[in-house]
Amino acid sequence: MLVMNKQHNTNQTSKAMASFSVEKIRADFPILAEKIRNKPLVYLDNAATCQKPQAVIDSIVQLYSHDYANVHRGVHTLSVRSTDKFEGARSKIKEFINAASEKEIIFVRGATEAVNLVAQSYGKANIKHGDEILITAMEHHSNIVPWQMLCEQTGAVLKVAPINTQGELIFSEFENLISDKTRMVSVVHMSNALGTVNPVKNIIASAHDRNIPVLLDGAQAIPHMKIDVRDLDCDFYVFSGHKLYGPSGVGVLYGKQGLLEAMPPYQGGGDMIRKVTFAETEYNTLPYKFEAGTPSIADVVGLGAAIDYLNEIGIEAIAAHEAELLTYATGQARQIKGLKIIGEAAEKGAILSFVLDKVHPHDIGTMLDNLGIAIRAGHHCAMPVMDFFKVPATARASFAMYNTKQEIDVLMEGIKSLIEVFG
Amino acid sequence: MFDELRDLYQEVIFDHNRNPRNFRVIDPADRRMEGFNPLCGDRLTLYLKMAGDVIADASFQGSGCAISTASVSLMTEIIKGKTTQEAEDLFHKFHEMTTGKGEQASLEAVGKLAVLAGVREYPARVKCATLAWHTLDAALKNEQKPVSTE
Repeated sequence: MLVMNKQHNTNQTSKAMASFSVEKIRADFPILAEKIRNKPLVYLDNAATCQKPQAVIDSIVQLYSHDYANVHRGVHTLSVRSTDKFEGARSKIKEFINAASEKEIIFVRGATEAVNLVAQSYGKANIKHGDEILITAMEHHSNIVPWQMLCEQTGAVLKVAPINTQGELIFSEFENLISDKTRMVSVVHMSNALGTVNPVKNIIASAHDRNIPVLLDGAQAIPHMKIDVRDLDCDFYVFSGHKLYGPSGVGVLYGKQGLLEAMPPYQGGGDMIRKVTFAETEYNTLPYKFEAGTPSIADVVGLGAAIDYLNEIGIEAIAAHEAELLTYATGQARQIKGLKIIGEAAEKGAILSFVLDKVHPHDIGTMLDNLGIAIRAGHHCAMPVMDFFKVPATARASFAMYNTKQEIDVLMEGIKSLIEVFG
Repeated sequence: MFDELRDLYQEVIFDHNRNPRNFRVIDPADRRMEGFNPLCGDRLTLYLKMAGDVIADASFQGSGCAISTASVSLMTEIIKGKTTQEAEDLFHKFHEMTTGKGEQASLEAVGKLAVLAGVREYPARVKCATLAWHTLDAALKNEQKPVSTE
C-alpha cells in the first residue's frame, strides 16, 4: 500500500512537472512586465516578499466590488457571502497543510504575530522561572525577540543551538542543549538568510521524546516545499501569506487542537467571545478564541486564492523548478572571483546569499537596481547570523516559481560588471 | 553599463573607497564616537584631536559601503583646522545638500563634498552619506551614546 502511494505521488509529481511552464506562470504576474529604470524587472527578492498572481489581485477586487461586508455577524446576504469566502479560505489552508481541523487554523497578521501569540499565550501559561526555551543560531529576529520578551517576563532562559560554517544546525549540539528544563523548542524550517533547511523531523522526534512542544517558523519554507503538519507532527507551524504569493497583512498559526484549547486568549475583543457581561466573559470556541476584532477579510480571501493558484501549479513542480534555479545560480556564482557564498548547507532552499571581496552589499544592491534587478542587501533580520559569519551584511538573491535561468544570467553579468567598476 | 549611476558613484568616491584617508586610530583622542547604521551594518568609529576649539586631527576606523566610506574619509580631510562652529555649519549645509533642501547654494558652500550630492536621488542611500556627519555632530557635542541612524 505504501509503495503504491509512493508510485501515485511520483506520477502526480511528474505530471505536474511536465505541465510546468515558467512562461505561462510569468504571464499570470502582472508586475513582472514592469520596467525598472528602463530595464525589464528581474525580481529576486522573493524571500522578503513574493509578487502576486492576477488571480489573487482579482479575488480582492471581486470581494470589495461585489461581496464585501463584515464576517460572522450579519444575517444579510453580503455578510454571508463574505463569511463563506473567509471561512472557505480557512478550509483551503487546512487542506494545504493537511491539518486535522479548521479549528487548528488561526488567522493572524503574519508569522511574527503567530510566534508572539504562542510565546504570550502558551508561553506565559506554561513557562516559568528557570525553564528553558531552545532556538537555533540561524533564527530570524521574529523567532528570537518574542522569546527574549517572554524570558524577561518570566525569568526563563533562552538557549541557542549553534550552526557550523556551512550554515547547518549542529544537531548533536542541539540534542545536548535539550534538558529536563526545556519547555519549548522553536526553530526555523528554512533560514531566510542562508537558505538552510533544518532537519525538522529529527528535531521534533528529539523534543517529543521529552514531551517538549515544537514550533516551526515556516515563513520561508512554505512557498518552496510540501508542508504536511500531521506528517511532521509539529505542535505549532507559523507562516505569512505574503511570502506565499498572497497579500501582506495575513498569516497563519497552525496549532494542535488540544494545545490551542488549553491556551488562554491572546487578545480580547469582539469575535473571540461567546458571552460578555461586566462580571465575566465566556470565550468563543476555536479558532475564533484567538481572532479578536474584525480580521483582514480581503487578505484572507486573497490568501485563499493564492492557495488555489499554488494547487493548480503544484508545489512539487515549483520545488523542482526552484531547485534547478538554485543549482544553476550556485554554479554560476562559484565561477565569479571574489564572490563568497554565505550558507552552503547540503539541504538548502532557493536562496543565494553572498558577499563580494571589494564591494559592500549596499553598493551591490544599488548597482543591480540600476540594471532592473531587485535583490536584498542587509542583515535580513538575522543579525546573529551576520555576526557568526563576521560580515556586516550580505547580498541575497532569492528565487520563486516565476524566475528563470535567463534572469540568473542577467544577475551574474551584473555582478561581474560591478566588480569591474569597483575594481 | 552603469551610466545612470555616474552622479552617485563619482570617481572621487571610488578613490576614497579604495584608499580611505585618515583611516587610523588617534591614541589618545580627545573625542571618540561610534556611529552605526543598523539597516546595512555600516559601523564606524570617529576620533578627534582638539586644540582648544579647533579640530586639530580627525581619523576613523570601521567598515561600510562605498558611499559611507567616501563620506567619512572626505569629512576627516575637510574638518581638520576648522572650529567646532565651522564644522557644525558644514554639517548643516551637507545635510541640506543630501536631503535636497538646500539646492545650488549649499552645493557651493560644501566645496569638494559636492561629489556626494548624488545621493539625494537615492533616498535609501542618504543615511550612508550622513552617518559620518551625525557621528561628528555627536562627538562635538560630547554625547555619551553611540549614534544610530535608525
